[in-house]
Amino acid sequence: MKQIYARILWACIAIWSLSTHAEDSSATHTLAASCAACHGPNGNSLGGTPTLAALNQAYFVQRMQGFKDGSVTSTVMHHHAKGLTTEEITALASYFAQQPRQTAHALPHQSFLGAQ
Amino acid sequence: MQPDSILTTHPVSATRRQFVRSVIYGGLAFYGLPAFARASKPPLGHVVIVGAGFAGLTAAKYLRAWSMGNLKVTIIEPNPQFISCPQSNLVLGGSRTLDQLSFAYDLSRKQHGLHWIQDSVTSVDLVNKQVQLARGNLSYDRLILAPGVDFNYSKIPGMSAPVADIPHAWKAGKQTLQLRQQLESMPDGGVFVMTIPTGAYRCPPGPYERACQVAHYFKQHKPRSKVIILDANADITSKKGLFLQSFNGAYQGIIEYHNNSEILRLDAASKTIKTDFETVKADVLNVIPPQLAGKVAQVAGLNNVDGRWCEVDFVTYASSLQADVHIIGDSISAGLPKSAHMATSQAKVCAAAIIDLQTGNAPNPLPVFANTCYSFVDNQQAMHVANVYRYDPAKKSMVSAEGGGVSAKASVQEGEYAQAWAENIWADTLT
Repeated sequence: MKQIYARILWACIAIWSLSTHAEDSSATHTLAASCAACHGPNGNSLGGTPTLAALNQAYFVQRMQGFKDGSVTSTVMHHHAKGLTTEEITALASYFAQQPRQTAHALPHQSFLGAQ
Repeated sequence: MQPDSILTTHPVSATRRQFVRSVIYGGLAFYGLPAFARASKPPLGHVVIVGAGFAGLTAAKYLRAWSMGNLKVTIIEPNPQFISCPQSNLVLGGSRTLDQLSFAYDLSRKQHGLHWIQDSVTSVDLVNKQVQLARGNLSYDRLILAPGVDFNYSKIPGMSAPVADIPHAWKAGKQTLQLRQQLESMPDGGVFVMTIPTGAYRCPPGPYERACQVAHYFKQHKPRSKVIILDANADITSKKGLFLQSFNGAYQGIIEYHNNSEILRLDAASKTIKTDFETVKADVLNVIPPQLAGKVAQVAGLNNVDGRWCEVDFVTYASSLQADVHIIGDSISAGLPKSAHMATSQAKVCAAAIIDLQTGNAPNPLPVFANTCYSFVDNQQAMHVANVYRYDPAKKSMVSAEGGGVSAKASVQEGEYAQAWAENIWADTLT
């Protein structure tokens, strides 16, 4: 019986944390995830582009606003920054500042099996 | 003593069995789930995903991560490994091998606790919410179709079915290697002909990138050879100014670009194509066929736009015909480029929306995402097109935000960015 109560409690905690999680940042974490193609999973780049995870929030905003208004030159990023609102830039800065820096998994390279 | 599981065929001791069990359960407990969630019905239901390309695999990962393991996810994928279409043109150019673009699924599977069936779907029962496989039926609460594109050979006059020595190489794999081998065995002074279909197709700049890659190879190894592009479209469909810089610059005298050149007749035996303007004979012929939504979307009857693509709601990616079937990636009708980044961005919006729907919340009504796409013009230099897209509820479509655009010119620096893009999107999708 004790075990059943424990499980119900667990379920409540899981559902509660899930719903607060969704309320807080569903739109932001989905937008932030879109940055992963160039900047890696949760902002942890494998190299060649800046790691956004744990980046200073004010610095993120300063750079992105600079790309947006043209005061900071860039090769690619102005094409993204100009398309984002100031609110979105602020929300992304806060999101990435909270992401832990992690060592990326090695890519699961495998020789071509030739079966296709 | 009899072995008690299919994990081993050798007799095992009790301690060893316990160890094996704890490893299995330890693996399943990865997301910190309460025990009942594993033992019985998952609290948020079961999502079946057909297709483990960029779209399907990304949806699987983010469904598991953002639901904190409260959704069961099963992937159905016929291929034994992941082959990246991005960079596969570089195999033709000679600066990449197919091995460098091939990846195992195991890490993603284990990392995210995905159920995996290597098989193809033969039919979908939309009423009873089941997919049928060669080995039996599988029930779903929600179904995601991410099958990529299928080819419509019936639209090619004279080549109504695939021909063995005329590869499309438009899905990276065996045909990529076949086309590379054909280019290698072609004598100097030969002609490579590539045809481009009208209408939406996977990777809009892909054919022009391919022309540059083949020309790059010719320039170094077979300088008297030619690349002829027979484009059924009225003009270059993507990064036009940038590709023209290469066609009229580094590859002048090698690449010939012919627009409005629909195939009127193709003779496969002689590799000859007749258009409105000319008859062209190829030494190596690469026909990129007209395309439509992947087979499973056709089988389910959800390709409701011109019988080719699937209409979806861009807030949830639900089919306009079937609310509990979501479609992502190249199969949808979106007026958006069919790119890998687009597929992963759509997958994430879809995953977030499904979790909201399964928890009784309203999905984000105004999704926003980015698309960045690089094309290589040789072994080092690349150029990009980059845009933010946001949902416009009045137009009911994803609309390009202000400020997007393309490179001023191809450069080595962007070649490095393009490589970084590839490694990061592979990491996001496959780990």
